[in-house]
Amino acid sequence: MSRLLVCSPDYFGIEYEINPWMRRSNAVNSDQAVRQWHNLMRVLEQEVGVRLERMQPIPGLPDLVFTANAGVVRGRKAVLSRFRYAERQKEEVYFEDWFRTHGYDIFTLEEGLAFEGAGDLLGFPDEWFGGYGQRSDIRAFPILSEWFTQEVLPLDLIDSRFYHLDTCFCPLSGGDLLYYPTAFDRYGQAAIAERIAPEQRLAVPEDEALKFACNAVCVGKQVVLPAGCPRTEQLLDARGYCPHPVPLDEFMKSGGSAKCLTLALD
Amino acid sequence: MMQDQETVILQGHIIDSLILAKVLDTILMMGGTFDLQDVQIGKMREEPSRTRIIVQASSAKLLSEILHAIQPHGASVESERDCRLTAAPADGIFPDEFYATTHLSTQVRVLDQWVEVEGIEMDVGICVDPVRLTARTVPMGQVKRGDLIVTGREGVRVIPLQRPRDRDVFSFMESQVSAERPHGHIIGDIAKRLMQLRTEFREGKVGSKVLLAGGPAIVHAGGREALTWLIEEEFIHILFCGNALPAHDMEVDLYGTSLGYGHVAGRVVPHGHEHHLRTINRIRAIGSIEAAVRSGVIKTGIMAACVRRGALVIMAGTIRDDGPLPGVITDSVEAQDAMRAAIPGIGLALLVASTLHAVATGNLLPATIPSVCVDVNPAVPTKLADRGSFQAVGLVMDAASFLCELARGLGWKS
Repeated sequence: MSRLLVCSPDYFGIEYEINPWMRRSNAVNSDQAVRQWHNLMRVLEQEVGVRLERMQPIPGLPDLVFTANAGVVRGRKAVLSRFRYAERQKEEVYFEDWFRTHGYDIFTLEEGLAFEGAGDLLGFPDEWFGGYGQRSDIRAFPILSEWFTQEVLPLDLIDSRFYHLDTCFCPLSGGDLLYYPTAFDRYGQAAIAERIAPEQRLAVPEDEALKFACNAVCVGKQVVLPAGCPRTEQLLDARGYCPHPVPLDEFMKSGGSAKCLTLALD
Repeated sequence: MMQDQETVILQGHIIDSLILAKVLDTILMMGGTFDLQDVQIGKMREEPSRTRIIVQASSAKLLSEILHAIQPHGASVESERDCRLTAAPADGIFPDEFYATTHLSTQVRVLDQWVEVEGIEMDVGICVDPVRLTARTVPMGQVKRGDLIVTGREGVRVIPLQRPRDRDVFSFMESQVSAERPHGHIIGDIAKRLMQLRTEFREGKVGSKVLLAGGPAIVHAGGREALTWLIEEEFIHILFCGNALPAHDMEVDLYGTSLGYGHVAGRVVPHGHEHHLRTINRIRAIGSIEAAVRSGVIKTGIMAACVRRGALVIMAGTIRDDGPLPGVITDSVEAQDAMRAAIPGIGLALLVASTLHAVATGNLLPATIPSVCVDVNPAVPTKLADRGSFQAVGLVMDAASFLCELARGLGWKS
């Protein structure tokens, strides 16, 4: 059974602005956020069938809820994130603590080399893609490639609204890719096209990309994605996936959705 | 000419991701150029690739902008160390392991900055002033005790010669020397250059002077009138020669002979072998070539043209020179210093019919100055061409034929 690391949104809110989605004036409805998060957990556990590992929320760390940015995990190896912004750097020790107490071999990048975990490193079993240009530094990927003995193709994120790779790029279990092409320059689009067959590239329309349709969790044929993306659901359906739309608009106020709220552990 | 460059390293999965292509495209689109070095392509999918890229730009500002643009894509400036400096142990002696220069533009790293070496010339040392952040070449004989001299190779980089923009004989590895090649188009290209340089010279532009280093065969073979015309018409501004060229040039004026041969009739004149000695003696009595010309004793020829046009003449003496003429520098180190001092501002060098002066001058010239070596002996142009500059053109031909054809190409009516 797949395991996901999550963190409840007890202290979630907009306390700073570090991406184009965040506006402190656009306050989070905390009760609604908690309800949406619990609903997501229910779907993940009961409809998708994953096991959830829950970490303790910490007061003053509103974004700890976005566990995708804890680091990246494969087997017993966990590479910790090094956040670009000071606001989120405070989360690093708590994520490290969780990995340590759960027996992971922890790998740490040199200080100053930004890398924001599974938010910027995604892929298929044989090829990984690394998003850079917004949060992570491209220089992190050769190191990660060596640690995991894995090819990592860097992709330049050219639209600040899609500030992590997982906001515009979602590899699916059958080798398909849900993505928003114009978040990448022509080099990135060409690199993707070189590796993924045309029929396997599912390009989401702009309006749904802006609802973070690509910020989806795929386990087997089950895909959990934010509600309000019917054309994306059709794309998934046509390729034999089972979409599970979940309302997560309170988290979109912070620039995150289903995928950002989880970290795949295995 | 491209002056500024920096070496960057790009590594990772840079091929299939098209990151390498993007970085190279960025360099070109911004107006720079690059040289790919040490490209190592990963053999397995998970193996990274790695390449060193020399990024070149026409100015430090543009280079900095290019580096700024490519660094986010992973291009890291290769860490470089400062050059090693060692104090010269005594006057005239370099420290052990001194760096010996080439004739290519060179930069040294001082306090984390690349500093251009001034007055580049082959086979000399580099003296650095770390306070003023300057570096200059220094010949062995001129080094002073305590001068900080670059030792070892670290922190020194040699800038490869850029292919000249003009599409003429100087652009395309024309340095192979052959007596069989047709000369017409080469001389035509040289004439075009001279015409262009004269225009720039008259506009006071830096780097527009033309140097001719020549031997007495120019006079013997009948190139005197053409060369005189070239100087009169301001196509040539600096003359390097020995004692013999001016002696025989003025011998023609005074006696109508060169080395005793009737200059026009082409016959040996009785006692003609004495004429050059009598010429030298006459000029020595007057005191200087300039005085001889200004007083009307010497009326025509190369030296008269030089005096009238204010061309710089440096006469370097050799062993068993007759006289020598006043103004001939008999101390060879002093002579090379005088020649060296005349190099800045030169835009083209013609090395004609003198092994000694051609080789000496060739070794003083930076590779960036186009040069033409003309000699009936293929060994001379070959020796010059072997210096590795593709701006050195060799012509195996008679000096007089070369000068006459060149002058005719520029409008001389003989």
